[in-house]
Amino acid sequence: MTQPFRLPGVGRLDAGKPLAFTFDGKSYTGREGDTLASALLANGVHLVGRSFKYHRPRGFLSAGPEEPNALVGIHRDAARKTPNVRATVQELYDGLAAVSQNRWPSLAFDIGAISDLNAPLFSAGFYYKTFKWPRAAWDRLYEPAIRRAAGLGNAPDKPDPDHYANRFAHCDVLVIGAGPAGLAAALAACETGARVILADEQPVPGGRLRFEADARIEGKSGWDWAEETVARLAARDNVRVLTRTTGFGYYAQNMIGLVERVTDHLANPDPNAPRERLWQVRAKRVVLATGAIERHMVFPDNDRPGIMLASSARTYLNHFGVAVGNRIAVYAAEDSAYAAAIDLKKHGVGIAAIIDSRAAPESPAVEEARALGIDVLAGHAVIGTDGRLRVRRVHVAPISGGPHREFQVDALLTSSGWTPAVHLFSQSRGKLAFDEATQRFLPGLYVQDAVSVGSCNGTFDLASSVNEAFDAGAKVAKEAGFRKPRARQMEASSGTPWSIGMAGASPGVEPGTSKMAFVDFQNDVTAKDIRQAVREGMRSIEHVKRFTTTGMATDQGKTSNLHGLAIASQMLGKPIPEVGLTTFRPPYTPVTFGALVGHSRGRLFEPTRRTPTHDWAKAQGAVFEDVGQWKRARYFPQVGEDMHAAVARESRTVRETAGIFDASTLGKIEVVGPDAARFMELMYTNPWAKLGVGRCRYGIMLREDGFIYDDGVVGRIAEDRFHVTTTTGGAPRVLHHMEDYLQTEFPDLKVWLTSTSEQWAVIAVQGPRSREIIAPFVEGIDISDEAMPHMSVREGRVCGVPARLFRISFTGERGFEINVPADYGLSVWKSIWAEGQKHGACAYGTETMHVLRAEKGFIIVGQETDGTVTPDDAGLSWAIGRKKADFVGIRGLRRPDLVAEGRKQLVGLKTVDPQIVLDEGAQIVADPDQPVPMKMIGHVTSSYWSSNCGRSIALALIENGRARMGERLYVPMPDEMVEAEVTSTIFFDEKGERLHG
Amino acid sequence: MAETARRTFALEGRSYDGDGISLAPAGPASRISLRAPAESLAALSEALGLDLPVRPKASARKNARAALWLGPDEWLVIDEGGADLMAICARVAALHSAVDISHRNLAILVSGRRVEDVLNAACPQDLSVARFPVGAASRTVFGKAEIVLWRIGEDAFHVECWRSFADYVFGLLDAAGREAVR
Repeated sequence: MTQPFRLPGVGRLDAGKPLAFTFDGKSYTGREGDTLASALLANGVHLVGRSFKYHRPRGFLSAGPEEPNALVGIHRDAARKTPNVRATVQELYDGLAAVSQNRWPSLAFDIGAISDLNAPLFSAGFYYKTFKWPRAAWDRLYEPAIRRAAGLGNAPDKPDPDHYANRFAHCDVLVIGAGPAGLAAALAACETGARVILADEQPVPGGRLRFEADARIEGKSGWDWAEETVARLAARDNVRVLTRTTGFGYYAQNMIGLVERVTDHLANPDPNAPRERLWQVRAKRVVLATGAIERHMVFPDNDRPGIMLASSARTYLNHFGVAVGNRIAVYAAEDSAYAAAIDLKKHGVGIAAIIDSRAAPESPAVEEARALGIDVLAGHAVIGTDGRLRVRRVHVAPISGGPHREFQVDALLTSSGWTPAVHLFSQSRGKLAFDEATQRFLPGLYVQDAVSVGSCNGTFDLASSVNEAFDAGAKVAKEAGFRKPRARQMEASSGTPWSIGMAGASPGVEPGTSKMAFVDFQNDVTAKDIRQAVREGMRSIEHVKRFTTTGMATDQGKTSNLHGLAIASQMLGKPIPEVGLTTFRPPYTPVTFGALVGHSRGRLFEPTRRTPTHDWAKAQGAVFEDVGQWKRARYFPQVGEDMHAAVARESRTVRETAGIFDASTLGKIEVVGPDAARFMELMYTNPWAKLGVGRCRYGIMLREDGFIYDDGVVGRIAEDRFHVTTTTGGAPRVLHHMEDYLQTEFPDLKVWLTSTSEQWAVIAVQGPRSREIIAPFVEGIDISDEAMPHMSVREGRVCGVPARLFRISFTGERGFEINVPADYGLSVWKSIWAEGQKHGACAYGTETMHVLRAEKGFIIVGQETDGTVTPDDAGLSWAIGRKKADFVGIRGLRRPDLVAEGRKQLVGLKTVDPQIVLDEGAQIVADPDQPVPMKMIGHVTSSYWSSNCGRSIALALIENGRARMGERLYVPMPDEMVEAEVTSTIFFDEKGERLHG
Repeated sequence: MAETARRTFALEGRSYDGDGISLAPAGPASRISLRAPAESLAALSEALGLDLPVRPKASARKNARAALWLGPDEWLVIDEGGADLMAICARVAALHSAVDISHRNLAILVSGRRVEDVLNAACPQDLSVARFPVGAASRTVFGKAEIVLWRIGEDAFHVECWRSFADYVFGLLDAAGREAVR
């Protein structure tokens, strides 16, 4: 028989076409609207997992997101294997395949369960105490073994093929939770015209109305009212209803994180649909209607499959039409559990007994239970259970002493009361207050614009709850700027009784007992563990938590925290608020990394910036390198060439004829205004006032501390306009640095800064033939050496488009840099390239650029400098305006350390064996025979093979470097000691004659 | 003399038309970044033929020309007719800075019923018509790129970004646009 525990005509699911699914390879059927849990229960399956530490058989504790036990793997395909899915949350779809976790070889027979027999060994703090010695064994032996035995599901081993979406949203009122309170609040708020978002983690809103079948609101059954209300809300333009959406994080200034599960419930999701969508909502007001979570009773062997929360059994019955057993007992310390027994009894399910730990429970529900013929045992406790893979027998005894009784059962429902779900309130930094009368933590002091309504606010009575929520919804809408709606009294009633309940160990689980009465199911923490923690000196709940791991599993102790706290408080003899409550942290329930990452993966992980000539370079076979977000052509290998050969050829060609280089990524800043020169004087070490229009200067920028921050060539375009260039990587920070000083230190200057990095494509043509190559394309500019000497800039046209032409050189050759508006870059490049070909020029990349500049001893900021190098250290004292009264860094440069003798200075290094190319970053020593650790006197900053010099060359920062010219120093490498001579930083064309052709 | 250089547009040939959303690169336009103190606004407004807006998120438009308020002394001036904005500003004696950014920026036209949702996939601003009405403009972010958003219709936005970020911005808009409708 299929689904033997599904009761005909009961519940709200459609009995239509059954859905097929498997659990551990075995086939079952369920109904549309089932969760995996309800479908398994319909088939009489309670055993679904093994516990984390003791491998004890476990079933379903709950019917919702608080589930600690029923964690399974959902396997859609090879890449989609999601571990640790709560079976009570996973909706059933046709073809669903679920597997149990943490068992071997099978769920029913698990070798790891030996841990259960050894449980006395594995007491709280066991790991801390046991595996301390020898230290090395922890990494190699203990930890790997423990990790194999413990842990839950396995992480997927393939890249996630799903995609995830993100949405920012704003609203006036965000309501979290669509139970009766949330619905009432949303209703009141939306009627004012406020923009409302209503989010609920369930597929269908209704909250407690799912199980509370006896509820009536506004003359309808509670469930019908909820469905109609949701439909009304969803139909409104100013309301967005999000189902399957969990409010998981409450951040600053009413920023709420919601995660919407879009496809996990579908058999064949639309491939364009994201699996999940992260909602980042900024709400003017937040209404928390997050309900309450039922607690279990802490009694011996309270973790067997078939033992579950009373309201959950009621949900399975009233919503899913499933009886969780044929003969059921109830163990409670409060009234609402009676409703479960009553509902089940009315549907013909056998109720063995209601065991109530209270001496004399008084409630209409108690009377009704008795009237239905249910055996109510007041003042009794469950002192034990039997049943290996499912609860089979319950042992009951009067608390005051007396004969034991046994009941044959196949399920046991428990409830010790309800814990208001104050997680989000607490995350909002609100202060919780302990309510002595009802023994609950309730929202106290609010620090954000939020309000709690209904059960999470401690208001359990249905009529009070919906009216409190309606009033709150109206109030927050008014606070958000809308007219308050007409006050009205909502009519509501429910037969479900509410009472205070208890927290902590049940009677019979006294200190000293060796019985396992579980507090935290997911981390296998018992009452005994918590007591032991206190005995061993833990005084605060924060200590107890870390010592025992209670509340630290993925369910974050939703069902267990209050029990743990109550047991600790009893042991300490202090009231609960003095022992404290652990902090609630996001996420409320687990959130996938995918949801948090959203679109930011693959090619959308980070912007990839390409220059206008990128595709051309790619077609030429260029090898690219990443420079910040940019892709830059590193070298252009011809057939058969490796990087070494390509760079050797490119560097030779530049010096013999010419090379063409894409310098578009250089940062560019237009400095404009009557005070432009004054501003430049302040930002750079160099003098600028007297720089003529049409002239360029190499500038150095310091930080306040006197160290080099950036460098670049600056051209004066007009009296009030400079064209500043920066390093590629420095572009954004240099602009920010300038803007920062302009706005905070020099706000009186009439000057403005505009990034033009991407306005211009920059084509560098360098080499003896550079002028001939560009000449045919240049209009309106005399590019003769006389009219346009080195370090000059002219405006004119190149290839018929407006251009800024610079005569500058980062190679030591005669060179030009053509700046044209970026969209023309490719076209101009192609023209120059075609002309260059006639002269035997080549395209060259960043690697050759680096070699050529190193041959000339030109520094690269970030390579020769590391944030501790002054202009003098780098041999650039000449670039400091000696007569200048002020510039950023001028005082820094006078600091004693920066003018002291013995600073590291930039020098050249030539290896004695010219074939050896030193490693960049290698350390340098003076005496190769000194004992290790040797005194390191500097390091290699740049090192290349120079085909133009026919040998290796290197730059290095060395203590007193400039005083060591000609000295032999040593570079210790793993396999040899390399000898090198200190030289000038200039290796090629020392007099600089080639600049001028 | 060599032939005149041709323009190559960064998003040439890219577009997307989906359910309730279309993406298309805008045509070329001349653009300047205009910086000026309050005293210069009258003269600049007169030269540009529109009133430079002075309120945050505001823009002014006249024919093919628009000025978007980006900061207390900063405007993005766009002329879809390609007028020489630099020359126009050069004739103004009042203190200001004008810098040509016609090629630095480009624009993507994002339109359709779902335009707010698609932009809100990566832009955190409130884009409801009540808060971001037609004509509103703002420098903001789209994922990891800076953009300037300008609402040109109830269901249409003009999205400006820097040239090399266009591939990323278009790619992210495209990904958000293809997402199944919600």
